[in-house]
Parts: sequence; C-alpha cells; structure tokens
Amino acid sequence: MNGVHDMGGMHGMGPIEHEKNEPVFHAPWEARAYALNRAMGAWGKWNIDASRHAKEVIPATEYLRMSYYEKWITGLVELMVEHGLVTRQEVASGKPATGAPKATPALTADAVARTLGVGAPTSRDVAVAPRFKVGQHVRARNIHPAGHTRLPRYARGKLGTIARDHGVFVFPDTNAHFLGEKPQHVYSVRFAARELWGEKAGRRDAVYIDLWDDHLEQA
Amino acid sequence: MQEPQDHDHDHQVVPSDLTLRTKALESLLVEKGLVDPAALDALIDTYEHKVGPRNGARVVARAWVDPAYKKRLLGDANAAIREVGYGGSQGEHMVVVENGPKLHNIVVCTLCSCYPWPVLGLPPVWYKSAPYRSRAVIDPRGVLREFGLELAEDVEIRVWDSTAEVRYLVLPERPAGTEKMSEEELAALVSRDAMVGVAKVTAPQTGGKA
Repeated sequence: MNGVHDMGGMHGMGPIEHEKNEPVFHAPWEARAYALNRAMGAWGKWNIDASRHAKEVIPATEYLRMSYYEKWITGLVELMVEHGLVTRQEVASGKPATGAPKATPALTADAVARTLGVGAPTSRDVAVAPRFKVGQHVRARNIHPAGHTRLPRYARGKLGTIARDHGVFVFPDTNAHFLGEKPQHVYSVRFAARELWGEKAGRRDAVYIDLWDDHLEQA
Repeated sequence: MQEPQDHDHDHQVVPSDLTLRTKALESLLVEKGLVDPAALDALIDTYEHKVGPRNGARVVARAWVDPAYKKRLLGDANAAIREVGYGGSQGEHMVVVENGPKLHNIVVCTLCSCYPWPVLGLPPVWYKSAPYRSRAVIDPRGVLREFGLELAEDVEIRVWDSTAEVRYLVLPERPAGTEKMSEEELAALVSRDAMVGVAKVTAPQTGGKA
C-alpha cells in the first residue's frame, strides 16, 4: 500500500535525534509491549509480514503521531481480535468474557532462550529457478498494490543491477494476507543514486534494495 | 513491575494511558492463559542485559585480528557469527558489508525497523524514526553529516535498505594506531553506530591500552 510507512525519500520529517546512552526501553510499558508482541506471536496465528502490515494500516496521521511501541500495541490488538484470541469487549474491559476458556501459554519462560536462538527463518528449501542472474539489468515494476508490499515506492520503475542472489524466501506480499508463501528468489539490487534521485545525488553512490522475483522485470 | 518512570523525551512522549493500556492488556492475556508473565520477563531481560551491540563488536574485533575469520564472515555471515555464539531471531539471514578507504556502507529500513538483533540488540529510537528512515536513502551524506561524519566526494556510499529478511551488519575500518591492541581491547572500541554505518571507529587518544 502507498502508506506513510513507505517513507524512503520523503522530506519534512525533521532532524535526526540521536540520544546518548539510550536505554533499550524508555519506560516499563515499552518493554511489556515488546514482550507481549513476541509472546503472542508464538501462537503462530499470524506471520511477521501480517504483523508488519497491521502497523502499516494504522491511519497515516496516527502512524506519524504514535511512538514506536504504541504502534506495536495497536497492531497487536488488531491481530488478536482478527484471529479470535480476544474480543474488542475484552480489550476494552481488561477482563475475559464470562465463560471464556483458559488457554495454556504458547511461550513459556523456559522456552524463551531456545525460541530466540532458533529464530524464524523465512528462507525456503525448495527448488525454484531464479528469474534473474547476478550482473543482469532489471527494472523494479511500476506496481501499486493496495495491500502489503516490500517494494518501496522510491524504487518503482527504476533501473537496477542484480548484485547478489540471496536464495529462495517467503514472499511477504502474499504471505501478509495469508495467500500463501509463494517462495521465490530474493536479490540485492543495486540502484545508482542518480537513477533514483537525479543528478544532484552522488555520482558513485548507490542504494541496495532487497527485492523478490515478482518485484522485478527484465530491463 | 516497578512504577512507570515517564522519562522526558521530546521525541517520545509517554502518556500514562499507555502504561495503563499495556497493563490492562497484559492482565487480560495472562488471565486468559495466553501469556506467561515469566516469559515476558525473560524476553525483556534478554534484550536489556544479554543481547546488544557488544555482540557485534566481538564479531568485528575477531574479523580485524583474524583474516581467515574475516573471509568467512564476508562469505557466510550466518555461520561466522554462529562461531562467536550469536544468531537467531531477526538475524536468521545475515550479510556483512565491509567499509574501506573509498567505500562506506550505511544500513536503514525505510519501510519499518528491520535491524540485526542478535548482534546489535533492539534498534535505537533514531533508527526507527521517520527522519532517519526517510532521508538515509535520498541524502546519506547529509544524514552522516548530522552524525558528525563528513565523507569525501570520492568515497562511494552504499545504502542498504533492509526490505527483506536479510539483516546487514557493517564491518567498519580498523583505525590506525590499534596494531598492538588485543581482540578484547578492539571490541571495546567498536560502537553500535559504526556497525550501522553512521560513524567510524576511532582509536583511543593515548593509543594502546586505555
């Protein structure tokens, strides 16, 4: 979706505020918000792409106003409601509905270290032929899907070169909507800064973007 | 849980209703048996105390002192980082990019906040902020200047936009004057910012042991 989250190349966002000796979390609620997201993700009801999309669909004015972990809490509530883990009424009241069944947590304390250590690889060991090879010139497709996509707006229609083939990965644009993993090759594509931003950009500079086969066409 | 400390941050206002909202949500999820509060504590403890940029610094220092390790790191970052003991969540697919006298790498995630957690921990606020996400790709030199890093025109800048599940770590240049330092001393010099690519690593003023 052409949302405000897709902000590469935008102006007017203000100066970068670098905080010295920044704490990992700025308040206890941020830490709990982070951990709740991870613990609820362990139920496997949604995937990382759906979880990103849940934040992208926060209305633009709210998205820009909210702090980072407020977006995490907001997205989490939407996912939990959508997937039937809680009802809006329960969230509003903070109490389980009368007669609601009691579950057993998907992630227990003793499993945290192992779960984090393994992670959740999104590479897929399936034989899918690459559509492009290293060194080949490609064009990022000029597409504007209304749903989730990892093809940023600033690259669409631009010419690049395949710099590296990362291998076969889940395709977020379908996976976020539970339309299948559609495994395909992901490439690091080199776009000259001047191709993206015009003549004022550095002559030697470049932006490398990770893109999937479905984002690219032959140049 | 201790009482909320609403820090003063002009860029991150923390209204107390978020404290209340999060508490209410946690208590609902615990009561429904969906969440184990001890698991939340363990998750928080991991990223507050165990996983952070010191991990990445050890990887960088190892690459500086051991050419064979550096070769493995640049060839298969996942395996090489595992050798030092790190990996997993949000670092499942690592790529390491090396800085040189005429090449500078900088990492961003324009679409969200992708960041290599196992080696750098959770990202700082500026990395997740709109100003950095919007400008790193269109004006990397201006962004680096804001971080106090002025690069010559003939230095090629490569911006890595983390749009997939590949996570990037910058291998900074080893500063001159550190030839006699041990791997451990070198690791202490390597900052988080240098591994994101918004700073360089500098040698201690006195040289040698700090």
